[in-house]
Amino acid sequence: MNSKVHLNRQTVVRLALVGIIPLILFLLFLWTGGWLTPQRLTSDKLVDVLQQSGGVHKGYRRNHAKGMCVLGSFISNGNASVLSRASLFSKGETAVTGRFAIAGGAPAAPDYTVPVRSMALSFQQSNGEQWRTGMNAMPFFPVSSVESFFELQTATLPDAATGKPNPEKLRSFVMNHPEIKPFFAWAKQYTPSSSWASDRFNSLNAFRLIDKAGHEQLVRWSMVPHAGFTPISDADKQNSDFLQQDLQHRLGQGALKWDLVFTLAQAGDKGDDATKAWPADRKTINAGTLVLNKAIPQQQGPCNDINYDPLILPDGMAPSADPILNARSSAYAKSYNLRTHEQAQQKGETL
Amino acid sequence: MKQAVYFHPALRVLHWLMAAAILMMLFIGVAMVSIVSSAHSLLVSIHKPLGVMILLLVIVRLWLRFTTAKPALPASIPAWQRGMAHLSHWMLYLMMVAQPLIGWAMLSAAGYPVTLGNGIVLPPIMDISNDRYAILRPLHTWVALALFAMIMLHLAAALLHAFVLRDGVFSSMTGHRKP
Repeated sequence: MNSKVHLNRQTVVRLALVGIIPLILFLLFLWTGGWLTPQRLTSDKLVDVLQQSGGVHKGYRRNHAKGMCVLGSFISNGNASVLSRASLFSKGETAVTGRFAIAGGAPAAPDYTVPVRSMALSFQQSNGEQWRTGMNAMPFFPVSSVESFFELQTATLPDAATGKPNPEKLRSFVMNHPEIKPFFAWAKQYTPSSSWASDRFNSLNAFRLIDKAGHEQLVRWSMVPHAGFTPISDADKQNSDFLQQDLQHRLGQGALKWDLVFTLAQAGDKGDDATKAWPADRKTINAGTLVLNKAIPQQQGPCNDINYDPLILPDGMAPSADPILNARSSAYAKSYNLRTHEQAQQKGETL
Repeated sequence: MKQAVYFHPALRVLHWLMAAAILMMLFIGVAMVSIVSSAHSLLVSIHKPLGVMILLLVIVRLWLRFTTAKPALPASIPAWQRGMAHLSHWMLYLMMVAQPLIGWAMLSAAGYPVTLGNGIVLPPIMDISNDRYAILRPLHTWVALALFAMIMLHLAAALLHAFVLRDGVFSSMTGHRKP
């Protein structure tokens, strides 16, 4: 065996190959991670734009930053078990850790300034699987794609000169994205309620329920409140934390309940466009009742360290083709990694 | 023990299978954390079971590594290079074992269910802890990048043996030697 290297032409070519092959893999790796394509929309960019609009509040969620933890359970009546093999839909009870919040990245925003509210839930099945969902109290989503969500966030950023969003930018966004018009029309006539307890929270995105035989049904769902609607009062508009105080007060008097209602898509209903609600005559299934008994401030609460990633689903539930879902999952993870890191930093325990 | 020229066939199969799996895993990893398209959930759903597979394979591989005859490095290789070669191989083994465990522990600390698809769930290997997640999550990234760098160096060294030195080191893993 001869290990002596003769520097002839062939050896130079061979030597070059030794370097070029790993180099190509290295470049491919950088490209895959998005490091060579700064124009590509990534979860970092989504989180960035949310931070620009809501400000950086270390240790808090990048969106829906202000909220409160709740504990309770889901009492399934078994009705949805024909559509999904997930055990939480069989007759019985499943523990739930939830969170109510208001939209936006500011953890100290006055409750009355934010019309959009959310309910996030984590159902813990006994087999270790979980169903996590984040729902909003609005009938449909403003945009249908991740790119337009990013554009919308960018278009509504405060202008450096005025400190307010530039109406010209929003106007041009609406020109290019007429699909947002129904949302603005809804927002214009919408009067928020006086309580999270009386809000109806909607999945907005579609999902698939899968039964024991593997049949799939495209669905959306809503948490329909038992408590009756009362509009936001003048007193509420003076109280920055009226939602949290109201929740504590109501839970002091008894449990709060919602029905989990699935809306079943018919052939032709699209699952990939969250800007369009399905027609009102679609069949619904009441799957059971969510019962909440306890509220805990989020900083000490069990919901604070939960990432309500909508793609954490038990076997028997699966995402639809809605592109927003993947973006939510990816961006929530980024937000979660940031805030858990910051929280540990604040405590002085990090790598 | 008879001096081996090649690694044990099972070890060679495992090496190349794991090489493909680990490279795939590293590419999936960096892709899935950045992309926002529908490939995100697909990649996440591959990442977890593939990680478990790699963990199982590396255990079998370590067992084979200790129980089968391994070819010696050629005498032409100087001592410092032997030292480097051994060190880098053990670092590769260490990272191959550690990385799936860090991933599993990190998901456990975050309270994520460690689902492998089809309703298969692994038990958590750590209590839920924000502080531990805050350490393990960045660690998972750093070990991934270090592992990728190490594999690239390993590949470059292997190619040097294959194309330039042609001293039987590369063929000890392929099992084919040119006359």
